[in-house]
Amino acid sequence: MDINATLIGQSIAMAVFVWFTLKFVWPPINAAIEERQKKIAEGLAHTDRAEKDLHIAQDKAKDFLREAKEQAAGIIEQARKREAKMIDEATTKANEERDHILTQGRAEVEAERSRLREDLRKQVAALAVAGAERILQREIDDAAHSDILEKLVQEL
Amino acid sequence: MADSNISVQSYINHHLNDLTIGEGFWAVNLGGLGWSLILGSLFIISFAWVGRRATTGVPGKFQCLVEMIIEFVDTSVKEAFHVKDKLIAPIALTIFMWIFLMNLMKLVPVDWFPMVTGLAGMAFNSGAIPEYAADYGFIERVMAHPWSYLSIAPTTDLNITMGMSLGVFILILGYSIYYKGLGGFAKELSFTPFNHWALVPFNLVLELVTLLAKPLSLGLRLFGNLYAGEVIFILIALVGIAQLPLHFAWAAFHILVILLQAFIFMMLTIVYLSMAAEKH
Repeated sequence: MDINATLIGQSIAMAVFVWFTLKFVWPPINAAIEERQKKIAEGLAHTDRAEKDLHIAQDKAKDFLREAKEQAAGIIEQARKREAKMIDEATTKANEERDHILTQGRAEVEAERSRLREDLRKQVAALAVAGAERILQREIDDAAHSDILEKLVQEL
Repeated sequence: MADSNISVQSYINHHLNDLTIGEGFWAVNLGGLGWSLILGSLFIISFAWVGRRATTGVPGKFQCLVEMIIEFVDTSVKEAFHVKDKLIAPIALTIFMWIFLMNLMKLVPVDWFPMVTGLAGMAFNSGAIPEYAADYGFIERVMAHPWSYLSIAPTTDLNITMGMSLGVFILILGYSIYYKGLGGFAKELSFTPFNHWALVPFNLVLELVTLLAKPLSLGLRLFGNLYAGEVIFILIALVGIAQLPLHFAWAAFHILVILLQAFIFMMLTIVYLSMAAEKH
């Protein structure tokens, strides 16, 4: 095996291949790699930010929850107060109503009683007059003695 | 293949020679140069194809492989070459992939390719069989056909490895002149290692030897390793059926060697070029 023109041919081929690689192989692939590296870096940064956002959101959610609990407790407290108040009011009103009804009933009973008494008195008076009339039929003049009878009725 | 008609010596010679065209210095080793061109083209075409279709999104498997190789070369370059230069990485990539592919051809069993080309020669150019082989058996006649001499492993050819190191040598000169200027380069050759005008001739001799030793050692190292490996493959092929485990072991070992030699050639090229580019 001697040194021959193969050597020159190989050198020329090498020059051509190196030129081709420099021109068409290295730049696009390297560009793609660098582009992807950038994308990955961006993606990682994104993830970090998203994680931070998530933490913030979680904190916020906790705050909201606490606030809501406080509000709910407030509302319940208010409702209880209102309930007590309503019960008080209703009790008071019912008592008043009862008193009122009692008073009215008493008044009505009183009125009835006085009416009955009046009736009774009149009837007794009438009876007394009728009795007296029978006893005194002959000598007593109705018209002349009405004032005495009136007085008697009054006394009954 | 150790047959009575074919001596061990001629068998080895058969595998270590290449089919040539032309006479004297202007002869061209068809197998070596042919395969080297085919493999180099395979490399640049497949890589350029990936480059054209390269996506910045999720890459395909082949693109991943290509990107891994490119990243690997890129880190190697960045580690050893500290001057900003956009030619160095493509040079390193070309050298690495090209030498790797050429070395890879050595894993093809030594008799396969000669058999194929010899059969092709019998079919298309049966008149070329030398006279001494006229009464040989069929296989021997196939292997005696000149086409069967076509070599498949370019890096076992000194011309190929020295051709590449010649390319590297030209690059060393180019880088030295580009980064230091012609005067700076001449000054470096004349005034190192001894900075005195009286020692300029001595320095020149020393530095020129150093300069020339770089491409020479580069080419000879690759050639020596691969040629020796090839000789061992051929010797293993000579031992008959017992070659199977031996061949397997040596081929497995050679997977390391072909990668390592491609890497060494690339790394030394980067180092030599960085020495040429950096001021001392």
